[in-house]
Amino acid sequence: MNRILATCAAEFRIARRNRWVTISALMMVLFGMVLSAAGSAPTGALGADRLSVTVASLTSLAVYLVPLLALLLAFDAVAGELERGTLPLLLAYPVSRPEALIGKLIAHLAVLSVALLAGYGTAALAAIAVDTRALAGLPALFRLFWSSLLLGATFLGTGYALSAWSRRPSAAAGLGIGLWLVVIVLYDLALLAGIVADNGGFFTTALFPYALLANPADAFRLYNLSASQATAAAAGIAGAAATIPGWQSLASILLWPLAALGLAIAAFRKVTL
Amino acid sequence: MTQTLTLSKVTKTYQGVTALDEVSLRVSPGERVALLGHNGAGKSTMMKIILGLIPFDHGKVEVAAAAPGSAAARARVAYLPENAAFHPALTGEEQIGFYLRLRGRPASEAAGLLERVGLGSAARRRIGTYSKGMRQRVGLAQTLIGAPDLLVLDEPTSGLDPVSRRDFYALLDGLASDGAAILLSSHALTEVEARTDRIVILAKGRVVAEGTLADLRRQAALPLQVQVTPAVDKAGAVLAALPGATAAGRQVVLSCAQDDKLPLLARIAALNGAVADVDIQPPSLEDIYSHFSRRDGQ
Ligand SMILES: Nc1ncnc2c1ncn2[C@@H]1O[C@H](COP(=O)(O)OP(=O)(O)OP(=O)(O)O)[C@@H](O)[C@H]1O
Ligand SMILES: [Mg+2]
Repeated sequence: MNRILATCAAEFRIARRNRWVTISALMMVLFGMVLSAAGSAPTGALGADRLSVTVASLTSLAVYLVPLLALLLAFDAVAGELERGTLPLLLAYPVSRPEALIGKLIAHLAVLSVALLAGYGTAALAAIAVDTRALAGLPALFRLFWSSLLLGATFLGTGYALSAWSRRPSAAAGLGIGLWLVVIVLYDLALLAGIVADNGGFFTTALFPYALLANPADAFRLYNLSASQATAAAAGIAGAAATIPGWQSLASILLWPLAALGLAIAAFRKVTL
Repeated sequence: MTQTLTLSKVTKTYQGVTALDEVSLRVSPGERVALLGHNGAGKSTMMKIILGLIPFDHGKVEVAAAAPGSAAARARVAYLPENAAFHPALTGEEQIGFYLRLRGRPASEAAGLLERVGLGSAARRRIGTYSKGMRQRVGLAQTLIGAPDLLVLDEPTSGLDPVSRRDFYALLDGLASDGAAILLSSHALTEVEARTDRIVILAKGRVVAEGTLADLRRQAALPLQVQVTPAVDKAGAVLAALPGATAAGRQVVLSCAQDDKLPLLARIAALNGAVADVDIQPPSLEDIYSHFSRRDGQ
């Protein structure tokens, strides 16, 4: 435990020195402010409070940004140590590979928490400032926060695995961007194309819900929208969210981080010096 | 006495390249052993095997009565990799503090350790701003954490200036007299000569010689070089009187086996007025080293 904490403290310090904390927090604040400004159009007709509406738009944003931030934080984790030549000495210390990786994971989750708190906090304050009923949306905001961390953990773990497989930071960064494109952007486009071609057939009714649950980003969106009061405010897969029980999407966003961490540890174990 | 480190017939191949070939080695507590060998002889490979960082094919390795790389062994062994590197964004103090905590010790001991390797004034600067020798000293500082039983040091003095080298060996003497076993590799023969108890020479992955410097000198039985300076106009007479001698400028040189040294000197002394001066050079450590590493190796 002590070794995990020591690794975590050193990694967080490195992330702070490398301006990762500042850059990611600024980025989230910027997006939070843009969303609040865009969301200030009248929504009263829907009957939802301003914060719940904000949470719905933050969810759509987080699906893109959280995995991206996580992959950016993670790509250097193993490949960077290999390239700098710091790995042999680290592994000669009485710290196991899983311990080292978990220490990094906690540090990177802390960086992500700071960024999310800054970004979501900005948007929430903006909402509460103009709508006194907005406090009703706080539970939804809290749920968005911790589920974002779980989504981040999934992509951090996957990023570590890519970092260990590729052994070079540049290759790991390239693979990370590729993964983000495929899982976050292309996956949904492919599903959409499938639905259009299928025209209400077997794919749409039987496979589509599982395809959504299998993708951590889609499961994250489903979970936050199905639990949200303002599903109507979010377009796209909102309809599907209604048909999939909340516990299934919750299970998916809980299991993915564990699977990703397992993958990362397995990949790190395979790294030879 | 129980050994701190035992390697028996260890063999390691990298995709067809034999890096170590049936290597055996023992290091006892308090002993300082120097590992010499040409580039690619297998020194770093041997050290990584001792640390459990890479697997080996055959043989047996025991480190502080445990398997290499096991938690028990890692807790007792300190390592300085060749070209030790650290994260440039951390200060020397933070980096050493991190290593201290990995060994379950308070990070506050970092300042004292850095002081011991002469980095006290730079402790709060980022390692990215350090010179090569300063980074090497950070590497040395982390090997001092918590009185290890065995120190495995891969070219510890590379990048150090002459004064720091002397300080470094003084540090080693202190550790060895406290009972630590030390295995270090080096290309700087003269310093190894004076500062270690035993020398092991590797060539192409095999141990080709082992022992104290005096042992190796005896085993190699290399000839001595004798330089005779003839008196004015006596060069011809000296050359004629000493079979096998050749003229080199104003000097007459010849080599002679250890056992023939005294008879030869007697003959030179008998030349009396024809000789102005005599110099005898024993084989240098470089000569002994290249004798062994060439014989079975390159
Ligand atoms: N990862 C590796 N893959 C393949 N071959 C390797 C690897 N590491 C070392 N070797 C080979 O093993 C042999 C021994 O290398 P090693 O690094 O142990 O030499 P060394 O004695 O430390 O040399 P130097 O004095 O240059 O540091 C060399 O032939 C080297 O090419
Ligand atoms: Mg080497």
